[in-house]
Amino acid sequence: MAARDQHGSGAPWGAEFKVVGQPHRKIDGLAKATGSAVYTDDIQLPGMLHAKTLRSPHAHANIVSIDVTKALELEGVHAIITGTDLPINYGVIPWTPDEHALANGKVRFIGDEVAAVAAIDEDTANAALKLIKVEYEVLEAFFDPREALAKTEPAIHEQKPLKDGSSRGNVSKHVKLEFGDVDAALASSDVVVEHDYSFHGTTHAAIEPHCAVGQYSADGLLTVHSSTQITHYVQRALARVLELPEAKVRVIQPFLGGAFGGKSDPFSLEFCVAKLAMITGRPVKMLWTREEVFYAHRGRHPMQLTYRTGANKDGKLTATDAKILIDGGSYSSFGLVTTYYSGQLLTGPVDIPTYRFDSTRVFTNKPPCGPKRGHGSVQPRFAFEIQLDEIAEKLNLDPIELRRRNWQGEQTKTVNGQRITSNGFMQCLDLVEQQSDWKARYGKLPDGRGLGVAGSMYISGTNYPIYPNDMPQAGIQLQVDRSGRVTVFTGGNDIGQGSSSMCAYIVSEELGVDLGDIRVIAADTDLCPVDLGAYSSRVTFMVGNATIDACRKLRKQICTAVAEKWEVEVAAVRLGGGLALCLSDAQKTIPVREAFQWAEARFDTLGSTGSYNTPTLGGDYRGGTIGASPAYSFTAHAAEVTVDRETGRITCEKVWCAHDCGRALNPTLVKGQIEGSVYMGAAEVTMEDHGINRFGLHSGPSLLDYRIPTSLDTPDIEALIVESIDPEGPYGAKEAGEGPLHSVIPAIANAVYDAVGIRLRHLPFTPGKVLAALEEKEAGQPAGTAS
Amino acid sequence: MRLLELEINGDRLHVAAPPHWTLLEVLRYELGLTGTKQGCDKGDCGACTVLVDGKPQLSCLMLGSAAQGHAITTIEGLLPAHRAQGGAGADPVQDAFDRCGALQCGFCQPGMMLSAKALLSENPTPTSTDIKHALSGNLCRCTGYTQILEAALLAATKTEEVL
Repeated sequence: MAARDQHGSGAPWGAEFKVVGQPHRKIDGLAKATGSAVYTDDIQLPGMLHAKTLRSPHAHANIVSIDVTKALELEGVHAIITGTDLPINYGVIPWTPDEHALANGKVRFIGDEVAAVAAIDEDTANAALKLIKVEYEVLEAFFDPREALAKTEPAIHEQKPLKDGSSRGNVSKHVKLEFGDVDAALASSDVVVEHDYSFHGTTHAAIEPHCAVGQYSADGLLTVHSSTQITHYVQRALARVLELPEAKVRVIQPFLGGAFGGKSDPFSLEFCVAKLAMITGRPVKMLWTREEVFYAHRGRHPMQLTYRTGANKDGKLTATDAKILIDGGSYSSFGLVTTYYSGQLLTGPVDIPTYRFDSTRVFTNKPPCGPKRGHGSVQPRFAFEIQLDEIAEKLNLDPIELRRRNWQGEQTKTVNGQRITSNGFMQCLDLVEQQSDWKARYGKLPDGRGLGVAGSMYISGTNYPIYPNDMPQAGIQLQVDRSGRVTVFTGGNDIGQGSSSMCAYIVSEELGVDLGDIRVIAADTDLCPVDLGAYSSRVTFMVGNATIDACRKLRKQICTAVAEKWEVEVAAVRLGGGLALCLSDAQKTIPVREAFQWAEARFDTLGSTGSYNTPTLGGDYRGGTIGASPAYSFTAHAAEVTVDRETGRITCEKVWCAHDCGRALNPTLVKGQIEGSVYMGAAEVTMEDHGINRFGLHSGPSLLDYRIPTSLDTPDIEALIVESIDPEGPYGAKEAGEGPLHSVIPAIANAVYDAVGIRLRHLPFTPGKVLAALEEKEAGQPAGTAS
Repeated sequence: MRLLELEINGDRLHVAAPPHWTLLEVLRYELGLTGTKQGCDKGDCGACTVLVDGKPQLSCLMLGSAAQGHAITTIEGLLPAHRAQGGAGADPVQDAFDRCGALQCGFCQPGMMLSAKALLSENPTPTSTDIKHALSGNLCRCTGYTQILEAALLAATKTEEVL
């Protein structure tokens, strides 16, 4: 296992890097570019059946009966399953297994899965769905979390009562934590800002719809190809629900067409194709339509947030008090974690001396919410960073200066007990200040044009795995061939972020092998050691460290074998640029392939394993480990907007995003993550709305109505990389995939205030809200009362 | 079933498909040309873009039978055409997208690259604005389009070199 201090200041790198820190192509880029990369729906197997799902037309109902007789009689239909065929529950969080692959007597949102049909083709399967008769007993449905909270009946889920015997009603999770005396600190503060904010629902909208292919061999091995970002958890969930030993379940993630958190739950279709394949003895594929993907959702939770933040005249914050109502939708998904994250991840990069949050996640009869890029912490960040802007204004301080005065520093602890190691937030602020020409332009642009700033932090993986265990979070195997080729086996899910390429860069750096001679086999549970998956921005940090660990073991063998041949010290042997070199004798140089052969002759067939596990971290209280991460990334955004006073339309013209990713292992890929994050966050402000109407129907479940930005809608984005070199990250690297989304949203809100003097606190910022706020302002009402 | 005669990537092919199948379905599920992607199946996302007589078209909105009599180019056609012209490596557009990091998940990119290809054949020296307009029918959820724009500009310079 990787020693914790092996990446400390004495580590042998820096100017010596040959691969890391340089732009490189991805190892699978040309496969994607030429159309040869195989995604899940590209898989065609002999005799394969196609499956479709029957979904509930009711938002909340008991299922009285299901009659599949007519549907089964249809020619070409091979099997139909309902909830009784898959009675075992599951959930990505082991403490809240409240999902069933197909409804178990009750449906909880329009689109909830009721039955699945396998037929010779999709048309036949769709025709069969129409012949299934389901009798429902319709129940009162809740679409507003306030209503679901107030009324305990009918409960959306049957839950155990609380310890005092009272009903949980429709509460999915409640967390209240306080650090220090918040009330006293607020009472003695020079200024206190208090407002309500709301964040609407948004969804991932990955361009590839969910798809799965199931196969069940005659000797009892289940294989499921799935567009998932959590191969390992899907394997565990399939084994549980289908009552198979985990060793008989193989899950493979083919190339994946985008995820962003939207493919990090086990989904109904994975269980259905597996069960249908077991029943029929034939491969079964299910591909969801775009509409089905919108209803499957697991996107950003709508939140209603009330924040109070205090500060003194010197600009130092005193306290933050947050009360948050979270609309969870119909199932738990990651909701337990979401509820904690809504409070736990706010405590940097500015220091909050006393802090309280009281978060309640409530079930409603809507598509289930889950983790979308910046899980649980994007919404609170929106409210808090607007509060900082308001405090700066009240204290007549520049908002960047306010953040500088409250920076928590490096190698410190947050108020809620999280360990901070590297912290490049000050450089992030400096960069966005310089690049946006902030000092010359903030507060001085013509009417209708404005600049805003905000900052944030995010985790590089969660310190504790979703299911408690003492095994490594990430494992790697290397296989070295005498031809000079190295193959990396990783359970890490490459979801487009480039994790497989990242492994190859590290192997190339450590073993001196050309990138073209490295293969990466990823996310196949039969071939690869366990990795927990691509979520919570854990992969570069954890899989990267595991890869280094495996490489170091091999490098030691190879260098030893070469040193013995050359009769020099092991320390004099270096691997790099496709060669083994001798530092003490320039004449001694061989291709690394030959070094592999010497090592194979000396030690036996070459291979190694490596792993990474997290140190013990977190606050010493219930829930104190949630939000603990081995390292945090930091981000600052400056946004420039124009606001059209006639139409109420906000246009985000440009965003500068400085992100502290520790070390950029490949700056091209890091910039891609920053730009993609900024684009996705900016779209949540003015364009995207995962709205569910009062009947429980999605307001526009298509990529036309759910408006994700085109190339013409996207602001100019300037990605700025800050490298704080984390002591524990691989070569100092931290995350880059989620942090850079957070603070773009409040930066835009703050820029709108600079442009036209209105405080918008309720997302999305539609033209109607802008015009209403402008009218209120002109009528002399205090700015920001509009909602 | 209906027998179709299609010209795909320079090959004249005969294929039987249900009469209501779109060109996208015929390409993917009858011909195995799975490089053309389905993102929405209703003309919103652009992932299924192919070239029809050199112009970008959504193959999910075109019946297979309507593609008869036209020259269809899919993403799989670019590399062989590039090689046939004596080129090494990949097609300049594909190569530029790879080099610039424009391929994150890669799912929207076959359509995106074909739109870029069509633009460059009409306008070998496009501005950023030209590119943004030409690619605005192809949704990408990963990149924020920045590295795609860089790639298209790079491809334009390389196309000139080749010519």
